[in-house]
This record gives sequence, C-alpha cells and structure tokens, in this order.
Amino acid sequence: MNEIKKDVKPAKVIGVPRPLIDGPEKVSGKALYTADFIPYDHMVGRIFRSPVAHANIIEVDTSKAEALEGVLGVVTGDDCDEGFGVLPIARYEYPMARERVRYRGEPVAAVAAVDVETAQKALDLIEFKYEELPAYFTSEEAMAPDAVSLHEHREGNIERDVDYDLGDVDGGFAEADLVLEREYNCAEICQVQSEPHAAIAEYDAERDYMTVRASTQVPFYVHLMLAKTLKMDQSRIRMIKPHIGGGFGCRTECLNVELICALLARKAKGTVRLVVNREETFITHRGRPETDVKLKVGMKKDGTITAVDCQAIQRGGAYGGYGIVTILYAGSLINGIYQLDAVRYNGLRVLTNTPPPGAMRGHGTVDVRYGFEAILDELSVELGLDPIEVRRKNLLKEPYETLNEMFINSYGLPEALDIVEKESGWKDKRGKPGKDGDGKYRGLGVGCAHYPCGASKPVNWTGEPHATVHLKLDWDASITVLTGAPEIGQGSSTMVAQCAAEVLGLDMTRFQVHSGDSKLVPKDNGAYSSRITYMVGNASIEAARNLKTILIEAAAKKLDAKPEDIECLGEVYRAASQDEGLTFEEVVMAALEGTGTITVKGNFDTLPESHGTRKFRGGAIGGSMAYAYAAEVVQVAVDPDTAEVEVEQVWVAQDVGRALNPLSVEGQIQGSVWMGMGQAFCEGTRFHNGLPITGNMLDYRVPSIVESPPIDTHIVESVDPNGPYGAKEAGETSLAAFIPAYTNAIADALGVRPIDLPVTPDRLMELIEARETEERVAAAQDPSVAAE
Amino acid sequence: MSDDAKQSAVRCTLNGRPRRDFVPDNMLLVDFLRETVGLTGTKIGCDGGECGCCTVLIDGEPRHACLTLAAVCDGTEIETIESLDTGGRLAAIQRGFNEKLGAQCGFCTPGMVMAAEGLLRENPNPTDDDIRAGLAANICRCTGYVKILEAVHFAADELAGRDKEAAA
Repeated sequence: MNEIKKDVKPAKVIGVPRPLIDGPEKVSGKALYTADFIPYDHMVGRIFRSPVAHANIIEVDTSKAEALEGVLGVVTGDDCDEGFGVLPIARYEYPMARERVRYRGEPVAAVAAVDVETAQKALDLIEFKYEELPAYFTSEEAMAPDAVSLHEHREGNIERDVDYDLGDVDGGFAEADLVLEREYNCAEICQVQSEPHAAIAEYDAERDYMTVRASTQVPFYVHLMLAKTLKMDQSRIRMIKPHIGGGFGCRTECLNVELICALLARKAKGTVRLVVNREETFITHRGRPETDVKLKVGMKKDGTITAVDCQAIQRGGAYGGYGIVTILYAGSLINGIYQLDAVRYNGLRVLTNTPPPGAMRGHGTVDVRYGFEAILDELSVELGLDPIEVRRKNLLKEPYETLNEMFINSYGLPEALDIVEKESGWKDKRGKPGKDGDGKYRGLGVGCAHYPCGASKPVNWTGEPHATVHLKLDWDASITVLTGAPEIGQGSSTMVAQCAAEVLGLDMTRFQVHSGDSKLVPKDNGAYSSRITYMVGNASIEAARNLKTILIEAAAKKLDAKPEDIECLGEVYRAASQDEGLTFEEVVMAALEGTGTITVKGNFDTLPESHGTRKFRGGAIGGSMAYAYAAEVVQVAVDPDTAEVEVEQVWVAQDVGRALNPLSVEGQIQGSVWMGMGQAFCEGTRFHNGLPITGNMLDYRVPSIVESPPIDTHIVESVDPNGPYGAKEAGETSLAAFIPAYTNAIADALGVRPIDLPVTPDRLMELIEARETEERVAAAQDPSVAAE
Repeated sequence: MSDDAKQSAVRCTLNGRPRRDFVPDNMLLVDFLRETVGLTGTKIGCDGGECGCCTVLIDGEPRHACLTLAAVCDGTEIETIESLDTGGRLAAIQRGFNEKLGAQCGFCTPGMVMAAEGLLRENPNPTDDDIRAGLAANICRCTGYVKILEAVHFAADELAGRDKEAAA
C-alpha cells in the first residue's frame, strides 16, 4: 500500500496566494466562452431592433423575411406573452416588444438563418410600422406632469418612490455648526465587460427539450425565466454556463439575448447561435443609472456628523430590472459605515425611454457614497479639520446596529484608514497648495466605502438555503466539488475548492470543481451582490466537515479506535501520534466499503436577524450578514493649462475579513479601484434623441493601461465572526471609495472642487476658469488691490 | 451569401503548420481562425479595432485579426494563442499571466498575451512604460492592469534567466 511519511501535516490552503484553478485554460486559449461553441449545423440568430425610442406598434410584418431562402425561423413579440424580470412584482419586460417599443434598440423581432448574410438580409425585409409617442430621455422630462406614462401601471413614470426618516434629522441640523447642501450629477455608465453577450440554444424537438448556454452571472434565474417565457416545464431545460468574460453586474439578471435565442431555436427546431455585437451589448445595458444626488449634511466643529438628508433620483430606463432594489440600496447603504443617528432619505426611480440600467458593481451605493464622501471632505476643509480625522471621529463601534437595523459585527475601517494615511505620506503631502517644479498642481484626497456580503433575503424567497455545495468522493480518492456558484473570473471556483481543502487538510490537487450545469450541480442564486465567498464558501466548509466526519468514522473503524481519538492530518489519519495510521487512499476505501461513492452536502443560511428592517417598505434591501470596508487615498497631478488630471498613485486598504486567497483578493481590489477610476474621469453614456452615441469602446472610453496608475494594495483582516474562515467580500467595496478620493484630491491640488461625474478635462477647465473670473472680479472690486 | 464572394488562395503558416485555403475576399482573419479553422482562442470583444482581444502575431508583429482580411495573409506566418505552449509547458508569458493573476475572466487574455509576446520578442527587457506602450491597444476590464505589468516582468525575468530571489 501507500507509504506513510512520518512528518505529514495537514495542507495549509487558506491565506496562501495561489493562481486560479482555471488559470492555465485562460492563458492558453483553451477556455471556452459561449461564442466559442460553433457547431457545424448551427443557425445564426440576429435581432431586429426598434429605430425609435417610444412608439405604439402597429404592425411587425415578417412575411418577406420568412419567405427568404435560408431563413429557418422568425419570432416577434407575438411569440412570447410572458414577461421576465428580477422581482416578481416587476416582470413586465418582454423578450421582444409587444404593443409598444420604449427605447431605441429594443428588440422587436429576430431571425434564424443559415448564415450571417442571409440573417442580415432577412432583417432588412422586416417591415415595422409604428406610431411615435413623446419620448423622455431625462428623469426630469419623464416626471413632468403632462408626460405620457411608459407603462400604464406606473403612473407619472415613477417605478418606486422611497421615503424614510430615521432619528431626529431636523434636530441634528439645528445642533450642527456647519450645514452644507450639494447636488451631484453622476453620469450613467456601463460595465463594458470584455465578452459581448452571447447565447446558444439547442432545441431537441423530438423530446421537447431545451439546452441553453449563455454568458450569464445567474444561470439559475435564466433557467427560471426560460421556463416562464417559453412556457416549458422547467425540468425540460438544461442551463449551462461556460467560461464568462466578466460580468460586473451586467448579467446579474436574465437578458433578452438568451430568451430570444431559445425562442428562435424552438421556432426553427434546431441550434441557434446568437452572439450580439458590442453596440448591442451597450444597448442591452444594465449598467449604473444616471443619478442626481442631493445631499445635506450637518457637522459639529469637532467633526461629528449630526444629520444626513439625501435625495437620489435615478434615470431608470424603460423597464424595471433591478431598479427597485437599486433605489433602495442607495438609501440603505448611507448607513453602516459611520455612526449616524439621524438620516432622511428620498429615492425616486424614474422610467425613461432609454435602455434599462441594472445592478452594476457597487450596486446602488456608488453615486450616493461619492456625494457623501465629497461633502464630508468639503465640511472638513471648511471647518479646518483633517478629512481623515473627521472620518475617525465618526467611526462606529462594532457590534453595531444601524438606524435601519443593519448589523455590523466586524469593522476594519479604522485600521484601513491608518494604513492609507501612513503609506501615502498624507500628513506631509496633503494641504500643500501651489505649483510644483514641473508646473503641475498636486493633491491628495481620501474616500471610504463599504459593501454587503450578499443580500440576507433573496429577491425570490423559496425557503431553500442560500447556498448548497456537493462534494463527491470516489474510489480514486479525488474530490469533485459541485457548485452552482458561477465562476465569472472572480475566482469563485478556486475559493470553493480552497474552503473544502482547508477543512480536509488536503492539497488543492485532489480537487476538481464543476460549476454551472443545471443538471449536475446544486442550484445557486448566482454571482451578485458579493454573496459567493460568504455564502458558498460557508456551504463548502460545511460540506467538507460532513465528509471529514465520515472519513474519521471510517478510519476509526479500520484502526479499531474511537472517532474522537482519530487525528486527521490530511493525507494521513491516525489513532495516536505513535500510530503510523492510514493513508488518505486507505481511509477512502474504508469509507466506501458497503456504501460506494460518497456524496455529501453543505448548506448555508443567513441569520434571521440579518434580514433587515421592517421599519419601512423595502427595508430588507441592504440587510447582510457582514459588510466589507475600504479606505483609499489618491494622489493626482493636474496640468493647469489643459486641466488634464493624472492619477499618480493610489493607496487602498480593504477589510476583507480574511483573505482566503491573497493574490485573488488583491486582484479584485485593484480591478475595483480601477473601475471606480474609469467612472471618475472618463466614462459615461450619451444619447441623441434616444440613439446611443457611445455604443463602442472608442466613444465610450475606458482607461487604457497607459493612464492606469500603480495601486498600492493593503489587506485588512478583521475576521468576521460568521464569514468562511472570517472572510468577507473583496470585489466591490473599493470601487466607490476611489471616486470621492479622486475629486477630493483635485480639490486639494487646485482649491477647485469638481461636482459632476465624470470629471473630464473640459468640465474641470470650466471650473478653473470660473474661479479665475471670480478672483479677477473680486480683485477689481477690492480697493486695496486696485490701489497697488 | 459568402459563397458568392470572390475567393482567393491563401498559403500561410499557421501556428507552425503550412496551410493552403481558399477564402472569400471579405473574410476577416478572426473569422477565418475561429470559424473556418476552429481556433477559438482568439476572441472578438468589439465591433472592430477597439479592444485588442483578437491580437495575433503576423510575421512576429501584433495585429488585430478583426482588422485584417484573411486574403491578405498570403505568404505570412500567423501565430495565435494556441501556439505558445509547447511540449506540455506554458510559455513564459503565459506562466506570468497565470501566476501573477494577469488574467481574471480571461477573455482579453489571449490578445493581451500575444501583444505581450510580440513586445518581449522585440524588447526582452521592457520597463513599465515600454509595457504600457506595447499593450496600449489592449483593453482589460478586470485587473486594473497592475498585475498585467507584473505578469510581463515575470516573463521577461524568466526568459532572461534572472534569479527572481536574487534580484529581490
């Protein structure tokens, strides 16, 4: 049998930096993404989109398209009268428009043909007759008293109006030494994930069975919506998630792409491949909505925040999507980062004739956090206080219950602030106005942010646990991890295997992970709101513990000892330290005796007290088992002649509870900081009469490697009491902190404070010129200056 | 339909193997690679020349396969991501991207790796600024590029046989 080494120890897996388990496939081109499945006999799918932003549909005549040789199927809104969407109360979007089109580019019909050219010709033959309606491209226009409602059941074009008042807000303002009021306009942005949306649907007409591969973060929800819109028994659907080229929230809900693809496949009775291009991916959207944030904050002379009043208006596009959740999150997450005793919030989610935004990275919190951290900086400066000291003054003390009943059990923000203050040289470098030797103005700014680790109450409450992981152990002594947690590049498969490996003390080489095939893996709600590490990690740990119990019992029986006397060393199980014990393979064979292949499972459920408040409607949004925290300092250099801002360096410290894989955690934090940078200085969608004019990666500019700064990344480990090995989320928190740190740094450099996002050079130049004009006018009016 | 289009004979070396094909004159190299040959490692991330996901080496130079007609590749040597690992071992640049986490979702990675490979052949000892210039046409949305810089340095060090421990 296998030889036992004397000095064997359990493998240490957690806390060790390691490449992703699917890394070699990705760097060698072997990883298959949805569009890489190109079966010989597939049909090409193409979508006919609305040329107008708002119109009643009179007729969609597809007869000529259907008659074209090589066209095998055409579908329109008539082929599907079932709505889809996230919340059961807001499923009023159809795969293809019915009766009305509500944004330019909305799918109206689709064709499946033998090749691209034929499909394109067929689209040209579709005759679309419509009667135009007034269209609204801003929240303000859509909310005007005489505006036509986009949806009959949403009068006044308000998707959701949220209102609450917690604590004594007016008393708080009365108590303040300084109250500031500001309005921030934050442009709508898109994820621009590397992989455009794609689906491939294979309809087995003989069995009435549908297999769909799609670029999604939520295979289970896509499965559910496929069953609903196709009116098929859900057991007849198989949903497969191949490798995914990034998500950042654009695939956190079912998209029309996968539904149209499946409708076409059933109509054409075969396999349809629908790969939409980059422009269509922009139109499919689900990014961060344009948000107008109006903030009023009161502060005492010592820096204590006395009251907050916030209004957020989101341009929600033509359909609900995640909208209600987004507007609720924006308010909920004002809380939970500082000690706040009085908060008023009014949120309006408005329906407009633009593509629907969704749950982009940092969902809900980013734009409000930007405004909050910016106004905090302005208050600090006006009161002559150090902005980092002001944040320290308002730190909360865990365990802490917020006004809206969010529970904070671990809180690494104080340490994160200490780190970025020290590492950036804050005390020496900040607050030094004036031009440097190279003609540039330099400044430092700080910003903080937090983010939940999954929503404690899922949007579709079924009574099932939040996460389930299966481990399969067979005669070959390898362990197959079966999880529905969608690996989308964030490293979830590596994390799930790591958690199980640590419990069992085994090297990662014994593990293989299968994720994302609905007929093989247990259901999982998907990759969103940073739920996977916290929830699926915990489920994996529980599954591995259950397996370990079985293995220890088998070893005890074999060694004729009591289970409590068995020592598990990963590759060796023994009864006492003198005993040479059994190899892992021997224990496995002992465990399989009489029972065969072993499958164990582990579940995770959230604690009921973390489900959020019932004080106000929608208060459950924001309730989470834990929150991660980040502090960031940004150093900028501004060229006064061009108003170009260079980010010279970022220092970030994020409390991730515990870094299960420090390499991956660093990567997540850096990517997050950088995505915040894009939103801060260059990203934003633009429309002309509803026509997207930034539907490509040149007009919608994302930062290139040339302008991307070094990001000095620090990990803070507060060890959350309920997280897997203490871990919390790593991939979203740091995004929001960058933006205010950036604008605060510009204010430190120039004395001019940017307000609206993105802070483009032309916008900043306007602010600089306005300030210069102001100074000239002041000088002209000042007799002491005039006399000189 | 594409079979009506004029076709040209293309003789090229693809990943070390000589080929002879007839391709429609309007066929893009990226479609030829992915759909005709079946090399799907080369990705399409945009509607033309914006993202760099389709970067391949043509006669050793990084090129956008989505801006190159297959028909003009006659007489050239084309290398795609699938050609880099040899003898069961990843190439240095691939190991760099794997071990330093230069790849997260991996979709931009084939193009990024090929652009970096082209850069390293031209300049085996690049500075951060050299790498920035060499990869300026490749967009990554996951990493913030920090670990991509580390990945390229890792490969340069390994190719130069520099002992990383000693250097540190």
